[in-house]
Amino acid sequence: MTVKNFKTLFENRYFIEDSGAFIVEKSNILDALHVIKNRDNYTLLLDMTAVDYLKKDSSKARFAVIYILRHSDFSQILMLKVYLDATLTLPSVTSLFKSANWAEREIWDQYGIQFQNHPNLKRILNHKEFIGHPLCKDYPITQGQLCTKTDDLMDEMTPLLKSKGYENFEDLMFLNLGPAHPASHGTIRNFVALEGETIVSTVSEIGYLHRGFEKSCENHTYNQIIPYTDRLNYCSAILNNIAFAHTVEGMLGVEIPQRAQYIRVIIGELSRAIDHLVCLAAMLVDMGALTNYWYLYNPRESVYTLLSKLTGARLTNSYMRIGGVSRDFYEGFEEDLRYSLKDIQKGVGDTLKLIAHNRIFHDRTQNVGIIKKDEALNRGITGPNLRACGIAYDLRVAKPYYGYDTFDFNIPIGSTGDVYDRMMVRFEEIEQSIYIIKQAMKRIPKGDIMLNNHSIALPSKQSVYTSIEGVMNQFKLIYEGVKVPSKEYYDAIEGANGELGFFIVSDGSGTPYKVKVRPPCFYAMSALPSMIEGGMIADAVLSLGSLNIIAGELDR
Amino acid sequence: MAVGAEAIFGNSVITTKLDSAISWARESSMWPYVFGTACCAIEFMSVASSQYDISRFGAEVVRFSPRQADLMIVAGTISYKQAPVLKRIYDQMTEPKWVISAGACACSGGFYDNYTTVQGIDSIIPVDVYIAGCPPRPEAFLDALIKIQELQAKKESIIKDRVVKNFKGKLDDSKKL
Ligand code: SF4
Repeated sequence: MTVKNFKTLFENRYFIEDSGAFIVEKSNILDALHVIKNRDNYTLLLDMTAVDYLKKDSSKARFAVIYILRHSDFSQILMLKVYLDATLTLPSVTSLFKSANWAEREIWDQYGIQFQNHPNLKRILNHKEFIGHPLCKDYPITQGQLCTKTDDLMDEMTPLLKSKGYENFEDLMFLNLGPAHPASHGTIRNFVALEGETIVSTVSEIGYLHRGFEKSCENHTYNQIIPYTDRLNYCSAILNNIAFAHTVEGMLGVEIPQRAQYIRVIIGELSRAIDHLVCLAAMLVDMGALTNYWYLYNPRESVYTLLSKLTGARLTNSYMRIGGVSRDFYEGFEEDLRYSLKDIQKGVGDTLKLIAHNRIFHDRTQNVGIIKKDEALNRGITGPNLRACGIAYDLRVAKPYYGYDTFDFNIPIGSTGDVYDRMMVRFEEIEQSIYIIKQAMKRIPKGDIMLNNHSIALPSKQSVYTSIEGVMNQFKLIYEGVKVPSKEYYDAIEGANGELGFFIVSDGSGTPYKVKVRPPCFYAMSALPSMIEGGMIADAVLSLGSLNIIAGELDR
Repeated sequence: MAVGAEAIFGNSVITTKLDSAISWARESSMWPYVFGTACCAIEFMSVASSQYDISRFGAEVVRFSPRQADLMIVAGTISYKQAPVLKRIYDQMTEPKWVISAGACACSGGFYDNYTTVQGIDSIIPVDVYIAGCPPRPEAFLDALIKIQELQAKKESIIKDRVVKNFKGKLDDSKKL
């Protein structure tokens, strides 16, 4: 008997585009996704986005919506695409994937595409008074719109409370946690209804740090975008650089030199370690354990010193280039690195001595803010937050890049998916990252750090100053950018917070037609209300901290 | 046994201007409210931790309630959505108060010249000191703090009102865009 999967069930009702995306009709999308999820086991809806073909080729349709899914073996991905008719509507897929909820809201907000039967289709990134849909190609990039009043969110809160059986709200207290709140770690707003100290329901509002990353990308060349990627997850800027460069290199079909790959592994893992350090340090402050903040934050300073020698900047490093890395290690790098790693290990060790067997710490973190495996997958959570639930999904192992399969390391996982697990997974990941760095430092080969390809890599300064070819080459690459063949492409690496992917549409020029980030935080954040309802305020603060939401990446 | 100033001066009396005495007290104990929204706020974390140690300048008592703070440090990008929040918190701070605008984004919108970002927070609230950088180095934050202290020592007087009366931001009169 043949397996009834998508391909057999939908025979003749789909076709495959050059990009590898399966094109289905709007009327089939719900059924198709149902089959793909349940029969073909693509259980993780990674991301959804739309493309406005107005300035490219809108002969088929002006808008298309794209679904990116990952198989339960975590290595294969599948792209599904629907071209929209003039009504600009699509059935919502929130009944299949909870992760679609916010994703669809974002598409509505940015492109004006409506999703029928969506539980709460309202703007998510832009403010309430915003008119128009900014990612449409005919929206002028600099046209800002003043917001005079903050949304009171009662339009979401009232039905939520009614559904929980509250008729009048006299006994409830409403409280805003954020957007300017010490525990909001930036700009996240959680509006909670309290009965005593217990949270009965929560509405999260994001978008306070929406900086128009995606629109800005459409107006810059590929290498100019790298500084923008720094500021997505600014706690581990270099990992964002790598994710972006890696995706573009995939589109170009090139592989960077061995030495550059090793450098990316080493500096990438270092970034992962210091990202976890900030998360843990801030969380422990939230818990009232301030001493640990100094223990965990100070090692970051020694890494900053190393990074500023290597890249010229402490925080926003822009270290990667399309085709390699911008500079090779400096003299004395190895020693600095050894010193930094020791510092990190000492900080982690000192902290663990204080908390590992600490009753207060255990009571505050264990069985708090639990999220179950299936729920986590359904919501599109990845990275340490997913691993804490007990699912060993890590792209470095599931789909190794840069030779990660040749390194010896473990993927720590948790068992309950509570705050404690999420923290401990991060502590252990720091150790594993250090272990990887040490192996890589032993094996790193000599050689080039940039591709030897004139249409991608900048020429040496020597040749720019002494030859006309050099000047021209430099001028063209800077002025026009690296030309990427026309494609639609998704690729991802394991970021500090989970699967950090980029979906890029190129049109053959040096500027991308569209860039969409798959931000791990976005999906983690959408799970927060379900984690904190029924708990105490103080626990909500820890739950939020343990997800490590970085606003730059969340709101883009 | 008396130590320090008491030992040196004993029972003697020091005369000074009231303004100088008050400025001296204020300037060495600013209580900052950090309106940190983005990457620049991570650099502020460095300013507050051991290596740069803002407490050397008397400003380590970081308050998260605007009512208890007299120095607002805006570190990070301010989007249009965030702007009313910024203004509201600024308004909640009691006089006298000072504002540092830290980083390219807060000062001018930085490289986010697009539909989301306020092109300089001084179109929303008055600013006393600007810091360049994306993000500024921790030393620059400290430098700005010293500048505020100098402002207090040189320009302030208790008989002079510090409220910036003629400032009109975009959100003060929402009809004017
Ligand atoms: S100035 Fe630069 S570092 Fe600071 S918030 Fe803006 S983008 Fe981030």
